[in-house]
Amino acid sequence: MTARALQFVRGLVTGQRGCGCTACPLTPALATRKLALFGSPNVGKSLIFNHLTGSYAVVSNYPGTTVEVMRGKARVGDALLDVVDCPGSYSLAPFSEDERVAQDLLFDESPDLVLHVLDAKHLHRMLPLTLQLIEAGTRLALDVNVIDEAENLGLGVNTAALSKALGIPVVATSATTGQGLEDLNALLAGAPAAASQLSVQYPQVIERAVARIRPLLRGEYGISNTGLALLLLQRDQGARSRVILRDPESVAEIDRVVSEAESQYPQSLSVPVAVARQRAADAIARKALTRGARRRDRRFVEALSQLTVSPITGIPVLLVVLYLIYLVVGRLGAGVAVDVLDKGLFRQHLNPPITAFIERLLPWPALSSLFVGEYGVITLGLRYAFAIILPLVAAFFLMFALLEDSGYLPRLALLADRLLKRIGLSGRAVIPIILGLGCDTMATIVTRVLETRRERVIATFLLALAIPCSAQLGVILGLLSRHPLGLLIWAGVVLGVFLLSGFLVSRVLPGEASRFYLEIPPLRLPALRNVLVKTFSRLKWYAAEVIPLFLLVSVLIWLGQLSHLFPLAVGALRPFVHVIGLPPEAADAFLFGFLRRDYGAARLFDVSAQGGLTGTALVVAMVTITLFIPCLAQFLVMQKERGLKTAVAVAAIILPLAFAVGFALNTLLKAWQVHI
Amino acid sequence: MDERELTESAEELLGSLWTAHEEQSVPRGAGDGPEVHELAEAGLIVSSAQGAALTEAGEAEAAAIVRRERLAERLLADVLAVGDSVATEAACRFEHLLRRGIDDQICTLLGHPRVCPHGSPIPLGECCRSGAEDATRVVSPLADMAAGEKGVIAYIQSQRREHLHRLMTMGALPGAPITLRQRFPSFVFDLGNGQVAVDEDTARDIYVRLDGQTHAAAGRPHWLARRLRRSRPTRSPRGRP
Repeated sequence: MTARALQFVRGLVTGQRGCGCTACPLTPALATRKLALFGSPNVGKSLIFNHLTGSYAVVSNYPGTTVEVMRGKARVGDALLDVVDCPGSYSLAPFSEDERVAQDLLFDESPDLVLHVLDAKHLHRMLPLTLQLIEAGTRLALDVNVIDEAENLGLGVNTAALSKALGIPVVATSATTGQGLEDLNALLAGAPAAASQLSVQYPQVIERAVARIRPLLRGEYGISNTGLALLLLQRDQGARSRVILRDPESVAEIDRVVSEAESQYPQSLSVPVAVARQRAADAIARKALTRGARRRDRRFVEALSQLTVSPITGIPVLLVVLYLIYLVVGRLGAGVAVDVLDKGLFRQHLNPPITAFIERLLPWPALSSLFVGEYGVITLGLRYAFAIILPLVAAFFLMFALLEDSGYLPRLALLADRLLKRIGLSGRAVIPIILGLGCDTMATIVTRVLETRRERVIATFLLALAIPCSAQLGVILGLLSRHPLGLLIWAGVVLGVFLLSGFLVSRVLPGEASRFYLEIPPLRLPALRNVLVKTFSRLKWYAAEVIPLFLLVSVLIWLGQLSHLFPLAVGALRPFVHVIGLPPEAADAFLFGFLRRDYGAARLFDVSAQGGLTGTALVVAMVTITLFIPCLAQFLVMQKERGLKTAVAVAAIILPLAFAVGFALNTLLKAWQVHI
Repeated sequence: MDERELTESAEELLGSLWTAHEEQSVPRGAGDGPEVHELAEAGLIVSSAQGAALTEAGEAEAAAIVRRERLAERLLADVLAVGDSVATEAACRFEHLLRRGIDDQICTLLGHPRVCPHGSPIPLGECCRSGAEDATRVVSPLADMAAGEKGVIAYIQSQRREHLHRLMTMGALPGAPITLRQRFPSFVFDLGNGQVAVDEDTARDIYVRLDGQTHAAAGRPHWLARRLRRSRPTRSPRGRP
């Protein structure tokens, strides 16, 4: 007893409360608990993750942003939490890779507490996952998020009633406004409640099958036998493979029970299971939801939403949106910002003194040319990165974040679906394609949101071929803004190549056409903070990706210059460049293009600014460099995401195609005597 | 084709031959009952030691029988909401009452369903091929609804588990109220408190019991009785003597 008292006092002195024994309520939870965040896509799980861990996961107003498991640490009250953010999943029986990740996590990591985050507006629809998590025997808490939007719709959630009906703790939050986050912290700081005993009433056939399967499962699984039996009845492969490992002798018997139950139903057993769960969820939601008057008039927003998706007004709205992007990226980014930073800051104020300083410091031209001079790391590499590329990319990412958070992208997806079907994609592909206008490398990673491998390959190919990244786009818009006809020809040719090659590739690639289904989130006014944070986080990713490569490229070029390999390579490219009617100085832009797509564009910008490119040649150069081979970073990502064979095939198609189109365009423009 | 009325047992045999053909299983021995003779005489089957095989005319006749049976099942399940075990039994008897002409009307009423409640394909009828629309349909694929029309999802017909799964996880479950907002360029509908967009193929898989007729399922089949009565005059295209 005295020992405990002493320890208690010592605890007070050292700042640790409690007496040190495990049973004492004053003892701080020193052990780290594992908290898993579960929930459907687009319910604000990532925002909750950010709130808890203080780190940044990309948050968007479209489903499927989190494609990998995010991990972070959180300190809530006295509790230390290892927080895991799972990719959005609708159900524990997974159908896509990212949903499989969520299921694996539950099976293999047995989290101490699961927090199911759902959207209060869709309580009915999302409660079935809560019921599944309860069935799986997890210690569960429910976070009814996006409560602000529900309240605006006149929906009230009685958390006490919900908690009583489900047998688990419930909080209501709005992660965007911060409402209720204190309650969430308090909930997570406490010890996890016991697992709920609630069970769903399934049809007799299924109940009986579950009762027969349960005793056959003797091994240790991360989830309850009831939960596992229900997964097995729905022919879940992940669940079955675990049973094969742990209860191999039961597999045959289980398969028989499943087949017998299946013979009683026309389709997969997931239908009756889902219907029964939905019925239970509806009954619970009825107890917890109150419907009042709409707090805010949504008629304006609904009318606006209608304008964006109706075929008659949708296209003009899209044109307006594109024009806004053009204004911000083309005029503000490529025009004003690049002018100030490149011409003003770097070329007038930074480069001359730095050049002078380095040349004094390193009086050997061979060495000083590494840092300064025509291809110097500082005068070229850093200048390109900070003065030309970064302002453009920043302007684009800002616009993209605004589009994302407003909820416009899913609307664009439904408008574009029919067109994209023609080229083997579906409306969903709008998201990587538009993001590709920012950075094709990043967009290639995001093609994971597409459902079939065929669609992912086509999207990867088209991103590499015909989607200019924001650096290119900014340079092109900047250069061609003085030649409206040239801009029109460029846009027409690139769009034509995009559609035609997509059409042809979709004919050649085997596989079934993909289906399109997408939830359309409400239009929201983007929160400035979230937009800025998101833009900044993407820029950080981009800078970390780009600046080392820029520096590397500068060093490579320097080495190439020293060893005379670089002029040799440029010389080898010259005939091709000549064939498509470009001046010889443009050759090194293409060589740069190999190394980084935007670097090549920046080089063309430079050549043109010094008066090297005009009229027809400019348009041809822009078209060719747009179509031209993906940059090194993109190639590496393609290889990682799609495999080396696909990556090489894509590059092998694109290289000759880009020059062929450039050649054809040059010939036609000359033949028709088009003056730009 | 022989225009004579077949007996019930002969129709049953034809139907089972069709099912065996569909499942590519070996038909069970046709036996030597009077129905075998009846069908052979009518030129609908060729009977041999290995069993019975459908002739071309027999195939058409069998398809019509199976079609009526499966449509009857669909009718009982979707509109009258009769429980499954009862429905199959009732459908068997019901089928014999449906005669050519009516089956097309029922088919139209149900939105030209492609599969029976057990997932077996329903042979196409004239009405499905001609694409003629009847304003009095009760169940319709979402793809054939007009913008603004409301209803309750009756069932989702999809042979692909992942499509079914995706739709269900978005809340498109049997029993969910649905309002079609627009048809072009994609189908957009209200579901719960949200909106969902799907393409035409997917919209064709979602069958909706249209509003106004919704309560017929709760045991008020009088509209059906009326329809059947109205249809009676067209009942004997088979030229009963």
